[in-house]
Amino acid sequence: MRIWPIYKKELRLYFTSPVAYIVLTMFLLIGGYFFYSIFAFFTRASMQIAMNPAGARDLNVTDGVLRPLFQNLSVILLLLMPLVTMRLFAEERRSGTIELLLTYPVRDGAVLLGKYLAALTLYALMIAFTLAYPAILVYFARVEGGPLLTGYLGLLLMGAMFLAVGVFASSLTENQIVAAIVTFGILLMFWVIGWTSEFAGQPLGAILAHLSLLEHNENFSKGVIDTRDVIYYLNFTALGLFFTLRSLEARRWSG
Amino acid sequence: MIEVQNLTKRYGPVTAIRDVSFSVAPGQIVGFLGPNGAGKSTTMRILACFMPATSGSARVAGYDVFRESMEVRRRIGYLPENVPLYTDMRVAPYLEFVAEVKGVPRGQRKARVAEVMERCLIGDVQNRLIGKLSKGYRQRVGLAQAIVSDPHVLVLDEPTIGLDPRQIAEIRTLIRSLAGEHTVILSTHILPEVSMVCSGVVIINKGAIVAQGPIDRLVEEFFPTARLEVEIAGPRPAVHDAMRAIPGVVAVAERDGAGAPGRYVVESARGRDVRGEIFQLAAQQKWMLLELRQVGMTLEEVFMRIVAGEETAADGAAGVDVPEAAEADA
Ligand SMILES: Nc1ncnc2c1ncn2[C@@H]1O[C@H](COP(=O)(O)OP(=O)(O)OP(=O)(O)O)[C@@H](O)[C@H]1O
Ligand SMILES: [Mg+2]
Repeated sequence: MRIWPIYKKELRLYFTSPVAYIVLTMFLLIGGYFFYSIFAFFTRASMQIAMNPAGARDLNVTDGVLRPLFQNLSVILLLLMPLVTMRLFAEERRSGTIELLLTYPVRDGAVLLGKYLAALTLYALMIAFTLAYPAILVYFARVEGGPLLTGYLGLLLMGAMFLAVGVFASSLTENQIVAAIVTFGILLMFWVIGWTSEFAGQPLGAILAHLSLLEHNENFSKGVIDTRDVIYYLNFTALGLFFTLRSLEARRWSG
Repeated sequence: MIEVQNLTKRYGPVTAIRDVSFSVAPGQIVGFLGPNGAGKSTTMRILACFMPATSGSARVAGYDVFRESMEVRRRIGYLPENVPLYTDMRVAPYLEFVAEVKGVPRGQRKARVAEVMERCLIGDVQNRLIGKLSKGYRQRVGLAQAIVSDPHVLVLDEPTIGLDPRQIAEIRTLIRSLAGEHTVILSTHILPEVSMVCSGVVIINKGAIVAQGPIDRLVEEFFPTARLEVEIAGPRPAVHDAMRAIPGVVAVAERDGAGAPGRYVVESARGRDVRGEIFQLAAQQKWMLLELRQVGMTLEEVFMRIVAGEETAADGAAGVDVPEAAEADA
């Protein structure tokens, strides 16, 4: 499998075009703003509690800062990740370079993995930068290592899934904007699908809750690794990549 | 080296090629000709393993393009019609990427890239962004990526389109230099180019092969007679009849209407030179011989005759847009 050259090329393209820098900057700016507001809110709350120690038991950094931070970061990702993947196949199709790429001696799967892993690398870089927030936090308060670690694991798994959906959408069209919108649409649907689970009847409600993106991220930010959550994200990712492969194959037949 | 058998490709209701069969011997350069929409690019895309055929088979370097596609892809260099390249990459890194993807060993990559850049005359733009290059230079980068892995077989879809005359000559020299070691199939609309570069041709029209073989043989086949253009000042019917009477002459046609001097086209059996007889005839009769010229039949005329002949014959029999039902009747 000649994944490596494709991976290198894609990663280089990310950083020779402005996309990676813009996404990274936006992500860190907005993430930083959220971190600042959450942290400020938490500080004020702890000051009030210092005067009225009755509520002190409920207040800790994990619940007060990290959990809301991870939740907010996921929302930013929902908006930004479609931009990371939209180019991958749509642009190759628009410019026709796919005709050369798919006639080189590499399997479609290797092309796909090379591209996907490049996107995943960019994403890993994005969330690596956010480690600055807990680093600042450690300076002021005691941070529990466990929930921090699982929180990041959850973020990584969720991002991997977002990227798989994105790369699939990108393989469907020649238009990057369309790819981004489709990705966003699919993700948003799975995001909100859990909201109705409470009103839906019981078997359906449970299914909807299980499909929901949000539900599965809850546990991670609480410091709990549930295999069901891990499997959910991995399954979703694998399915996305599998559909992409089929879509590439179908496109070959139609020329 | 390239064997195509009964290849058919449908795009939905459109039949792009139908029952196409031809072969190219190793080391040969073959021109793939046909009017717009004839199905050249479609055939080449199948050969390059970009898309599978609807039915039929194609073998390149002994491997089936569908079942052993990886083996074929390792041995082929492909230049698609519109030369799609990564516009955000620079020339040398792009070629290194292609070399790596095509499996050129790490140690030889740099040298190989330098070599093809020199061969394709793009050394002076190696650090430029591909998107900023002129059409001609992009074309050469496209050709460079096709030959960078030194493949046995080259499939070039209109390699000289958009080049200036000097570049065309350079690229032709390059392609000619590939003969022997490489097998090349190239499509083009410039027919004189084919006579210069190729040893044989395959002509396709409306999705079906209409002629193939060495150029001289095709010319002979379609124009079995040699032609002379003669201008003689003399009484027209007498000149006509006298020339017609020369042994070996099969036809004499008057080129223009009334009025002296008369121009004639004399057709004789191939290999039979009647110029001497015509000269002597004119001398004996004291007619003034003003012009006597051999007319070489070119590939261009063969092409025109084939394509025009096809049009007047069975209209749409091998055309596009044939619905399935009508097809079954045929
Ligand atoms: N992707 C496609 N979908 C539908 N029809 C197509 C597709 N590609 C080509 N065709 C049709 O197939 C036929 C053959 O096209 P092809 O591109 O092979 O012609 P060509 O010989 O290369 O022509 P040209 O000299 O203009 O390049 C045309 O009628 C064309 O409209
Ligand atoms: Mg074409």
